[in-house]
Amino acid sequence: MSQTNTARPPATRRIRRHSTGDRVALAVMLGVPTLVVMGLVWGPAMASVFLSFTRWNGVTPIEFIGLQNYQQIVTIYPPFWPALRNNVIWLAVLALIATPLGLLLAVVLDKQLRATRFYQGVFYLPVVLSLALVGFIWTLIYSQDQGLINQLSGANVNWLGDPDINLGAVLVAAAWRHVGYIMVLYLAGLKGVDPSIKEAAQIDGANQVQTFFQVVFPTLKPINIVVLVVTVIEGLRAFDIVYIINKGTNGLELLSVLITNNIIGEASRIGFGSAIAVILLVISLGFIISYLWQTFRKDAR
Amino acid sequence: MAPRFDPRMSGAPLSPRPLGLGRHASVPVSRRAVLGGGLGLSVMAALSACGGGGSGAAAGDGTGAITLGSNQSDAVPKAAYQKIVDAFIEASGSEVGVNTVDHNTFQEQINSYLQGDPDDVFTWFAGYRMRFFADQGLAGDISSVWENIGGNFNESFKEASTGSDGKQYFVPVSYYPWAVFYRKSVFEENGYSVPTTLDEYIELAEGMKSDGLTPIGFADKGGWEAMGTFDILNMRINGYDFHTRLLAGEESWETDPVKEVFNTWARLLPYHQEGALGRDWQEAAQGLLQKKSGTYLLGMFVSQQFQDAEGGEALEDLDFFTFPEVNPEHGTDSIDAPIDGFMMSAQTQNAGTAKALLEFLGTPEAQKVNTDADKGLVAPVNGMDTSGYTALQQKASEVVGEAAHIAQFLDRDTRPDFASTVMIPSLQAFIREPGNIDSVLADIEAQKKAIFAG
Repeated sequence: MSQTNTARPPATRRIRRHSTGDRVALAVMLGVPTLVVMGLVWGPAMASVFLSFTRWNGVTPIEFIGLQNYQQIVTIYPPFWPALRNNVIWLAVLALIATPLGLLLAVVLDKQLRATRFYQGVFYLPVVLSLALVGFIWTLIYSQDQGLINQLSGANVNWLGDPDINLGAVLVAAAWRHVGYIMVLYLAGLKGVDPSIKEAAQIDGANQVQTFFQVVFPTLKPINIVVLVVTVIEGLRAFDIVYIINKGTNGLELLSVLITNNIIGEASRIGFGSAIAVILLVISLGFIISYLWQTFRKDAR
Repeated sequence: MAPRFDPRMSGAPLSPRPLGLGRHASVPVSRRAVLGGGLGLSVMAALSACGGGGSGAAAGDGTGAITLGSNQSDAVPKAAYQKIVDAFIEASGSEVGVNTVDHNTFQEQINSYLQGDPDDVFTWFAGYRMRFFADQGLAGDISSVWENIGGNFNESFKEASTGSDGKQYFVPVSYYPWAVFYRKSVFEENGYSVPTTLDEYIELAEGMKSDGLTPIGFADKGGWEAMGTFDILNMRINGYDFHTRLLAGEESWETDPVKEVFNTWARLLPYHQEGALGRDWQEAAQGLLQKKSGTYLLGMFVSQQFQDAEGGEALEDLDFFTFPEVNPEHGTDSIDAPIDGFMMSAQTQNAGTAKALLEFLGTPEAQKVNTDADKGLVAPVNGMDTSGYTALQQKASEVVGEAAHIAQFLDRDTRPDFASTVMIPSLQAFIREPGNIDSVLADIEAQKKAIFAG
């Protein structure tokens, strides 16, 4: 190592290429998004963490009560454990049933079927509708006295009121929408697969199933990650449908709804609701951290 | 990723001046520190500002233009309110604008609404929920208005308009009773008579069952509907005073009187329409309208579902009786009759106009406009020309007038957080499994202690 080299390290040389204008632009382009993220994401998140240790109704002064909210949530708040369980079920159904179904539809519709665009439209239509609207539509279908299913079949099933079956009924509605979403993501991915590798696989004697799982599916890796992230997000933020149906009570408890029911509205148990929000945040962080860890580990390799 | 700038895009020539490493490193650190600290401080400041409440705002007795905040977003009552305001404008020459917000939204945002920039006069509910905001200093004292309109109202309405400090904060404009509704034609065809005791009611329900009717229509999808059943059973069995103390958090839920309420309810549940937790009140009302259900305990707003059916004849066929006596000690002396009305914001700069409007709202002529438009309501004011009342309104006015105690409905008689986050899931849990009374009551009591401690 020569002395001239240490006197002028490469880093300094690289930095010198930035003019005042560059630095201003850099500061603005990094600073503004940082400010926005801090102000709109981390600021409120930290405020929630702070509020979760307090009792506050939005009007009277804030009172610090330590871990009492958390202790009450896990001991004497009956809807909490069902909500946690329902969130897990929600995530599992979307990931293990709806997502593979979306993939299957994508593969089938990717073949040159007649009227394939029509079918794509049919399956994608629910995605365009807001979940609130989806909830409303399915309420009309499931209603015990006047609903479509009971009217057509002559049955008298209490689809939305029976806590043993209403989660399943609602998941059908949620999956109905999720399948279309996943289908479109995979269709886009499949369009990008080079047909020649499929031909090569067939020439090598692979059947359809083998071609798909051993040749096509591995090339869809980037899409798989997107689909996984989308599914986890949908599973954790599920809210609209159950809120429309019965405000998330009686078998349809979800963490997101418990937060809303406690904070929004006249109830204003802001500290208590914030504590539930922090629990949801911790669960989300678990997924985010494992995702980032996976991604960076691959990048580093 | 080191961002690489294209000098042509940056607009400045490449600087020959070297940039010191130390300075380069120090800039982001200090910025981050400033940013984090400043943000934390501002969040804290915002929170404590909210906590301070609106008490700091100075009110004025001006007589300038005011606005009225209304939650009557349905077409019929909205038009009625506008008509009342128009009449006031014509009589007083004052300027009043009406801001209408969706009913539920208004209710859900009331906290931030009152602490932000509320309308000078706004709709709200009598009783506990009025007192809550009066205690926080968010509502204006309108005792001077009551000096003028006090003669128009019975003592029970004045009581429901009075805050914990003995001053008035509320002008009642309308109310409606909760009672057992039925169709006269169904009772005539089957030779039923109105029950006056619980045993007679059960006997009637048995008869209806064998005639193929659902004896008692029932819906609790929203979670609040069943509160009406709890209220009336508790008031019939344990009396109004116990009911009030229980909802104020002063009595334990794990006691025999409360258990008796749920045991009685469990006895009645087999006569209730099944699957209540999946049904909204409109659907249950349709069951009554279609003569599938014999009776239905609900507020008088159930008449909305009858208003246009069968060419208007269904509404005339609708009748009600007050829930029958259970405990002779209390007879039928209490009833749920939620009162709606108006309050004045503590922040108003034009209390002169606001009080004049509130006074006008407490007159028979203003309240008549409202009850003429909405046949599901009754006016609390005395001396009103009631020739425009339907038979139903007439009867509601009489039944409530006869009651010694008027309750405001569970979610208006207790802390809103207790009503919505504890009572809704608990009553639904009971309806789902009526055998679990002890564990449901233990859950309620544990949460009540936690909530009322604050």
